[in-house]
Amino acid sequence: MRFLSLDNLDLFFEKASEFIKIYVPVDTAGNKSSYKAWSKSTKVSKSLHTTRSAKDFFFPQTENLAEFKMSHKKIEIIDVRRDTESFAIFGVKACDARSFSILDKVYLSDPVDSFYKNRRERGLIISMTCARPSETCFCNRFGIEPSDPDGDVVFVETADGYFVKGKTKRGEDFLASISDVFEDRDSKGADEAEQKIKEVMKKLPLSDISSEAFGAGKTKDLFDREEWEKLSASCIACGTCTFVCPTCQCYDIKDFDTGHEIKRIRCWDSCMYSDFTKMAHGNIRNTQKERFRQRFMHKLVYFPENNDGLFGCVGCGRCITSCPVSMNIVKVMKEFTGEKNDQ
Amino acid sequence: MINDTLIPYIAEVVDVRIDTPDVKTFRVLTPDGKKPFEHLPGQCAMISVPGVGEAMFSITSSPTNKDYMEFSIKKCGCLTEWLHMIEVGQQITIRGPYGKHFPVDNELLGKDLLFIAGGIGLAPLRSVINYVRDNRNKYGKVGIIYGARSKEDLVDYDEIIHEWMTDDDIVVDLTIDKEQDGWDGHVGFIPDFVKELSPDNSKTVLMCGPPVMIKFTLQRLIELGFEKTQIYTTMELKMKCGVGKCGRCNIGSKYVCKDGPVFRFDELDELPDEY
Repeated sequence: MRFLSLDNLDLFFEKASEFIKIYVPVDTAGNKSSYKAWSKSTKVSKSLHTTRSAKDFFFPQTENLAEFKMSHKKIEIIDVRRDTESFAIFGVKACDARSFSILDKVYLSDPVDSFYKNRRERGLIISMTCARPSETCFCNRFGIEPSDPDGDVVFVETADGYFVKGKTKRGEDFLASISDVFEDRDSKGADEAEQKIKEVMKKLPLSDISSEAFGAGKTKDLFDREEWEKLSASCIACGTCTFVCPTCQCYDIKDFDTGHEIKRIRCWDSCMYSDFTKMAHGNIRNTQKERFRQRFMHKLVYFPENNDGLFGCVGCGRCITSCPVSMNIVKVMKEFTGEKNDQ
Repeated sequence: MINDTLIPYIAEVVDVRIDTPDVKTFRVLTPDGKKPFEHLPGQCAMISVPGVGEAMFSITSSPTNKDYMEFSIKKCGCLTEWLHMIEVGQQITIRGPYGKHFPVDNELLGKDLLFIAGGIGLAPLRSVINYVRDNRNKYGKVGIIYGARSKEDLVDYDEIIHEWMTDDDIVVDLTIDKEQDGWDGHVGFIPDFVKELSPDNSKTVLMCGPPVMIKFTLQRLIELGFEKTQIYTTMELKMKCGVGKCGRCNIGSKYVCKDGPVFRFDELDELPDEY
């Protein structure tokens, strides 16, 4: 089986960089990490995952949809779309790797979002097994296997290097083009590493949380429950959970007048914000309880209802670590399944 | 690259009709003088003035009108204020059509139809009414109950008086909220008027208007023996992208822009009360 020794990791990046721009997770100030384009001095982060999710590569926080030139009564529409340069994302963990297929359900369904599709088709996913899952991880709850992530290429992490698998044709082609950086090693080491992750996952505190109360068809059971009041009471509507979430996909469209032309911008929006549903005639979700409920009902009931039972959460745990008032999807799930809620 | 529905087309306002003190009807064409696109009654389009905003409006003209498209728009927010100031010849942008239409080609076929509209709620129904008038033999009897705050607030008054009311087989009943000089028709709110007229409960109802009117009219219709499966409405709210992706117009698991805006009341009963 293909094996890349730790000593050859930089060589792998160097070779790959000759024909594709490759992004790797790096540590940044404040104990955070984010993806940066690889260059010779880049040191790959060992953190669980990046502070913001990898969705940014396909669904950036802001992007230009179109431009308009206005002159007297006339308008000229400028199509600003350009084909994205091919790129690779290295070290994507199983949760984020699965989030892409959730985003695909939204953005690649008819009518296809060409902006998203363009990046998706040109982004090569090099995922990595989770050698050190954390106590905030619960991806297994949603059928995600951190020892076997989705992606074009999978790196199975071991103490002295990585077993490397091609999972798609595209991934195999990529590996074939840099084959000389790998050595051949018995796949036993990979099996052991994978087995170890499975063992660790079983011991994690959230490994057995139940999603039983949720899923398609549960709207009537859950919508009017009084628990929402209590759960949402501490929410300060900062929207951080939606921004770090790999599956949050809501957006706003705003126009910006540069003085030369008008740029139509698509930017992330958040159902946690009071103006998300504000209309000329008023607002439908007037309190934070309603906005809070929307976020969790969407991920745990509405999304599965529209997508053959698939939950809109990948259990990455980012909302657990980033919420300033310690509220998160796990607390919501536990509340409705009657589990002890001390997360 | 493939076309993207978020990138609009240019349209030109070729006529502006002042309907009421706060409603104007805009006639639009492409810059080369064609109808922007085909649609079915009840569908919507996104209209934008770049730099001001973009919003969803029901297409008021009938699909049978092959020459142009019309939108009756009430002045009530930032974009609509701006639209009300524009002059003939001004270009705007348009994209669509979006949403589910009234089921004119199946469920409504052969049925006696009762249209109930309040104020600007006539805008989406006008498309269906004129579609039915142009395909008269496909539908049964047609009744229209329409009300507004005052005589001046009745949208498309000229068309109602000179076209709909002169059709032999269409019954139009108008009402206004308060007595006023020069009005010898009915005075009173729509729910009470509906009760008073007591329409035959075998009819299929298409209703649009302010939420409070819808709520009470629905109650009266139920009292008269109508089933929720016979009553349709259109819920034009919260839409932004128009294609079920931006995430804001959902009512439960349904998106108004994609699964609506036309809903039957029994379908709405299945959704959470968040509209």
